[in-house]
Amino acid sequence: MILAATPISASWYLGLSALLFTVGAVGLLVRRNPLVMFMCVELMLNAVNLTFVTFARELDDVGGQVVVFFVLVVAAAEVVIGLGIIVGILRRRPGATADDLSLLKG
Amino acid sequence: MVELTWVIPALPLLGFLLLLAFGRRLGDPLAGWLATATVGGSFAATVVVFLGLRGADGGDAHRYTQTLFTWLPAGGFSVDVGFLVDPLSITMCLFVTGTAALIHLYSIGYMHGDEGFSRFFVYMNLFVFSMLVLVLGDNLLLTFLGWEGVGACSYFLIAFWHTKEANASAGKKAFVTNRIGDWGYLVAILLTFFALGSITYTDIFAGAGGLATTTATAIAVLLVIGAIGKSAQLPLYVWLPDAMAGPTPVSALIHAATMVTAGVYLLTRMNPVIAQASPWVSTTIAVVGAATALFAATVAVAQHDIKRVLAYSTVSQLGYMFLAVGSGAYVAAIFHMVTHAFFKALLFLGSGSVIHGMGGEQDMRRMGGLRALMPVTAATFIVGWLAIAGVPPFSGFWSKDEVLLFAWEKHPLLWAVGLVTALLTAFYMGRLVFLTFFGEPRWRRAGTHPGGEAEQSAAEVADDGGGATSTATAVTAVAAEQEVHPHESPWTMTVPLVVLAGLSLLGGVINLSFLSRLQVLEHWLEPVVEAGEHHLDSSSGVKLGLAVVATVASLVGIGLASVLYLRRSAADRPAEPDILLEGWHYDQAVSAFAGGPGRRFFDATTWFDRHIVDGAVNGVAALIRGLGGVARGLQSGYVRSYALGVAAGAVVLVAVFVLRGVAL
Repeated sequence: MILAATPISASWYLGLSALLFTVGAVGLLVRRNPLVMFMCVELMLNAVNLTFVTFARELDDVGGQVVVFFVLVVAAAEVVIGLGIIVGILRRRPGATADDLSLLKG
Repeated sequence: MVELTWVIPALPLLGFLLLLAFGRRLGDPLAGWLATATVGGSFAATVVVFLGLRGADGGDAHRYTQTLFTWLPAGGFSVDVGFLVDPLSITMCLFVTGTAALIHLYSIGYMHGDEGFSRFFVYMNLFVFSMLVLVLGDNLLLTFLGWEGVGACSYFLIAFWHTKEANASAGKKAFVTNRIGDWGYLVAILLTFFALGSITYTDIFAGAGGLATTTATAIAVLLVIGAIGKSAQLPLYVWLPDAMAGPTPVSALIHAATMVTAGVYLLTRMNPVIAQASPWVSTTIAVVGAATALFAATVAVAQHDIKRVLAYSTVSQLGYMFLAVGSGAYVAAIFHMVTHAFFKALLFLGSGSVIHGMGGEQDMRRMGGLRALMPVTAATFIVGWLAIAGVPPFSGFWSKDEVLLFAWEKHPLLWAVGLVTALLTAFYMGRLVFLTFFGEPRWRRAGTHPGGEAEQSAAEVADDGGGATSTATAVTAVAAEQEVHPHESPWTMTVPLVVLAGLSLLGGVINLSFLSRLQVLEHWLEPVVEAGEHHLDSSSGVKLGLAVVATVASLVGIGLASVLYLRRSAADRPAEPDILLEGWHYDQAVSAFAGGPGRRFFDATTWFDRHIVDGAVNGVAALIRGLGGVARGLQSGYVRSYALGVAAGAVVLVAVFVLRGVAL
């Protein structure tokens, strides 16, 4: 009941966004499964989206929401290509980790 | 009609390409006829262009530039393939294509039956094309292209019978020696570009007057180095006598009439720059020319090989042209170049006819009395001999006289050297003619001498040139081995001889010096050479006196030769000093230097080039590669390490902005 009474200010949304972003970043750095790393990237993108939406409401500027649409579109395109690559890799080399895929070293 | 200029070099090029593709199929003698036809067509085109140029009037009407296309566009600088037609280049074209056509015709007979018949004409056509590019090019670089082209063809043709070691190395010698001169020319082009911002002749003529003396001197000296290499002057003449290893028509066309005069042409073309340079440059040119003329003439006196006499004679006559250029007598230089082209081509072709008739024999000690057996060759050869000896009214008299007159104006000492050379020229040419065409036949004295000497002296003949002490016995030895039947050459060979003999006889009329009205060549060339031409103020008395002295010198030379050689029999002791036969040991000295003390210097230069010059370039490359190797470690291939890098970078950026207090 106390929760319901407390007004949810912008800080909450921003806090949640930061939390999600951190989870995504740490996940990207510590996990080796390409699929999971990929999901972490998505998480980070959406954390940023949340920030955009928050500020758009707070500052009463629709521009932030427009950017979110762009991010969504780009993320969708990226998912198509990225997932295609990852599925392709995993089909050829089941159980491969990101560290196994280091052919492009200098 | 001047629009037809492009046809002049295009025809030999077409001939070259056709022969390259179908030469073998055409074979002997069709390939030769095709080559002759293209060069003859080129001559016809030249005549048409000449008439067109002659007919044009007005101030700059005698200069016409035809640009075909842009060759090297590079920013503000570009080089066109274009032809500059002016009195000088068209004069050169006329005698180059004219003599080339005659020599091509002659070659059909001379090269008949040779395995490389069509290959020979491929090179010959390529040579004529390159020579015409050299002469017609409207900028220094295009001339340089032709310059290198004729050099390459000269190399191909000297080493034409390349299966013989000596021929191949003679070709190499010519090539390498020429490179020294080419270096000078190349640097001169760069210097001209830096000084004037253009290498087109018309720009050079316009801008030469504004050149600083030092710059003009440097350019002129470098051009002289180039000309010395190409025109076989001291100290770079050594390649020309050896170049006689090629077929005789090659010697006539390339190493007498046309290519070797390219150096003189270049200096004449660039006369505004030489005029702007310090006076010592032209003095040097004159001294080099005079020294070469005298030096080569003394060597020619003692040679036994008929072609070597003519080769040294060519070097000597080129020295005359240099003397003329150095004395500011550009017209006289070109005049002598034209008459020399006529009579020296004639003499070479005549010697080729003799060699042909004698079955390959080149040693004058084994000739003699050929006058009766080869009447046309002998008659035409004698015309050439009188022309080169400077007997009036043959063409050589007029041009040589002109050169000597200017030399007298420059310095009496130069004139004296020129006069002695003229005497020697008359002498050695007389010797050649008497030994070859007069006296008793020495090729069929087989069996008249005791046979015991034969083997011993044959060994001496084998090392050519060293056999000077055993003339008589050597002759019998060889004659005993093979029967020689001298005979007159076919008409394809005698017709060019007759035409060239006519030109040698009458060539002087283009510039008769005793009446200003008759100096046709001088008035024709005047616009091209006005910047550098020295103007004489000699009285006609001096002119006449010098002409008389020169004529007397010629006659004395001929007289001496007739005393010494006309009644010569095979048994006489040789009259030539050994040191002259060996060419003052200059060649050996060069070889000894290049193999001994010079070698260390060359090795040091090579070391410097390899370690310092190449080292600098390679060092920079190694440094970059090393740095790259260090940076390569960053590219590990692990996605997560890249991600860490990105994250760390983002944190650092945020930290920087926060710490600097910038509002995010």
